[in-house]
Amino acid sequence: MLISKFIRYGLVAVGMTAVASTAALADKGLDEPFQAAFRAAMKDKTVAYVPVAMGFDLGEGWWAGLKNELEPLGIKMELRDPNWNTSAGAQAVTSLISQHPDVMVIHNPDVQTYARLLKRAEEAGIFVIQINMGSAYQSTGFVGANWIEIGEKEAEAVVAHCKGKSNKIAIVQGALSAAASAYTLKGVENVLAKHPEIQVVSSQAADWDAAKAKAITQTVLKQHPDLCGIVGFWDGMDIGTAAAVKEAGLTDQVFVATSGGGERKGACDQVKSGAFDLNLSYNVPNQAAQMAGMIKWLLSSDLKAGSVKGMAYTTLIPITKENADLAMTCWNLSDMKK
Amino acid sequence: MKNFRVTQQEIVLVVFVALFAICSVFLNGFLTTDNILTLLQNVAVLGILGLAMAIVVIGRGIDISLIAALAVPPGLVLQLVQYGYTLPFAISLGLGIAIIFGLVNGWLIAYAEVPSLFATLATGIFFAGLGQAFLFELEVVQWSEGMNGFEWLGQGSLLGVPMPIVMFGIACLAVAFLLRRTRVGAYIYAIGDNLAASRVTGIPVRPIVVLQYVLAALIGCFAGLVLASSVNSMPTRIYSSTLIYDVILVVVLGGIGLSGGKGGVINVILGTLLIGTMLNSMTIMDLPYAAQNLFKGIVLLIAVIADTLLNPRNEETAQQGDI
Repeated sequence: MLISKFIRYGLVAVGMTAVASTAALADKGLDEPFQAAFRAAMKDKTVAYVPVAMGFDLGEGWWAGLKNELEPLGIKMELRDPNWNTSAGAQAVTSLISQHPDVMVIHNPDVQTYARLLKRAEEAGIFVIQINMGSAYQSTGFVGANWIEIGEKEAEAVVAHCKGKSNKIAIVQGALSAAASAYTLKGVENVLAKHPEIQVVSSQAADWDAAKAKAITQTVLKQHPDLCGIVGFWDGMDIGTAAAVKEAGLTDQVFVATSGGGERKGACDQVKSGAFDLNLSYNVPNQAAQMAGMIKWLLSSDLKAGSVKGMAYTTLIPITKENADLAMTCWNLSDMKK
Repeated sequence: MKNFRVTQQEIVLVVFVALFAICSVFLNGFLTTDNILTLLQNVAVLGILGLAMAIVVIGRGIDISLIAALAVPPGLVLQLVQYGYTLPFAISLGLGIAIIFGLVNGWLIAYAEVPSLFATLATGIFFAGLGQAFLFELEVVQWSEGMNGFEWLGQGSLLGVPMPIVMFGIACLAVAFLLRRTRVGAYIYAIGDNLAASRVTGIPVRPIVVLQYVLAALIGCFAGLVLASSVNSMPTRIYSSTLIYDVILVVVLGGIGLSGGKGGVINVILGTLLIGTMLNSMTIMDLPYAAQNLFKGIVLLIAVIADTLLNPRNEETAQQGDI
């Protein structure tokens, strides 16, 4: 009895203390121990961005996404637009090294051109994050599509569609000098090596140009009207590929696989209209958010540039008729810029 | 050979016929109606641009800004329709911009007397920059709902002939009529042949030069509309491509001398056919890109060398101001 009474009073006492202490908490806030240091670490930092060009969905989307995430924290954003000119880009990177921003976000035009510059930048203490197209130099961070995987997945989809049909496929490459194109081709080759029954009737470079892609595809379709699939390397170019297929009246027979940044007009709308059967999207807003997360983490850490290195390959979103209608599958550049 | 002079036009005709014959014999599926139509369709836009360039080159000028006229006004049309303006309004604004491009070029060359090569080189960069900076949201301007019904310009066919070829045909007839049947056409030849003499004769030289560039810009804009409706978008970055070299190639290869006053529509058609046959046969053979460039280069070199051997330059033919 005595013990139970003791417990009862004890519980009441504990309860009252709890009430009292809650009251004390509500009375006076508790400082979160890390946020002040984080905010101080972000304030007045500079992030510089060098895409291969603005004016297309990828370049514009990454920039808008980075700005939306980082500017509210007091980070200064700087843009250098080389407008597809590789040497102008190299100059921009060189001049940025001497201006010494805290982070550089770099979209490489090819594997070699910026490689040594990026190494120099990290030696000078600038974090370098590479986006979508890596250089030969591995920097602190990389966010981007795994082109080999894109090639493999596109080829697998085309091969699956061709099963029991003519097994004739065509490949529409990008520009020969671009590593993204060469890597994708390697992925395609990996799959084709396992499928000797597939016959590649044409594998040509269309230079990322829709008109060239259309011309090549038209000729190929006239030669091989029983073609069952096309592996395209970029949706912006494969608009032309798809137009040729549509004109030939072969939309149902020919499976068109491509890849891109997932902007609504260029991706989801085209899948819905039947131009593309599969569009592998490396969702640009996701990539921008991942880069922004990486930048916040780096700036709030006490790491030195180049002391850690890691990769964050983008998880691809396969856009097909099933999900092309969903709000989350694609994104609108105009909304992102608001 | 002394009394027998072969013109560039005949050389290209021979090269074209030979190449065509070789392809027909050795390439499976080359000599089919379908493939020949595809061949023509693929070079139709290039051919239309060649016509625009021909007008200027016959008048002894050159228009490097032609690709800007191809990209910017049609790009603007697509962009305006995307913003919700009506198609007729967008097209009239596009044509208006093209006319302004031509007027600027023409004024610089005819009145400010800037050499056409430099004037159009500069204005081309300016026009393209204008489009990129102020007019387009993205470099590739997508087709939008409001444009529906307009794609007949570049898609579908008329009596089995794909529309781009029909458009090329119409453009050929129009330009041939202008050059051969109108006074303006005769003036253009006269100016190209001898500008000073034309002026003395009383030809309104400066207005005619301005007109040449306005026509070139309008035809360029027309080619752009055909291109845009055929690929359902306007890739305005085409300005930075090497298309302008292909256009000059079509004109020069076809036999319209850069020294002016010579050639006509038939030469453009010949040049276009030769380029078309080369591109088509190499695509059928699935030649790698590098090999295609090599092959193109070799054929062109042969044509140029043959011309130099058969028609050596002398004091009479080598005019000052040749490019």
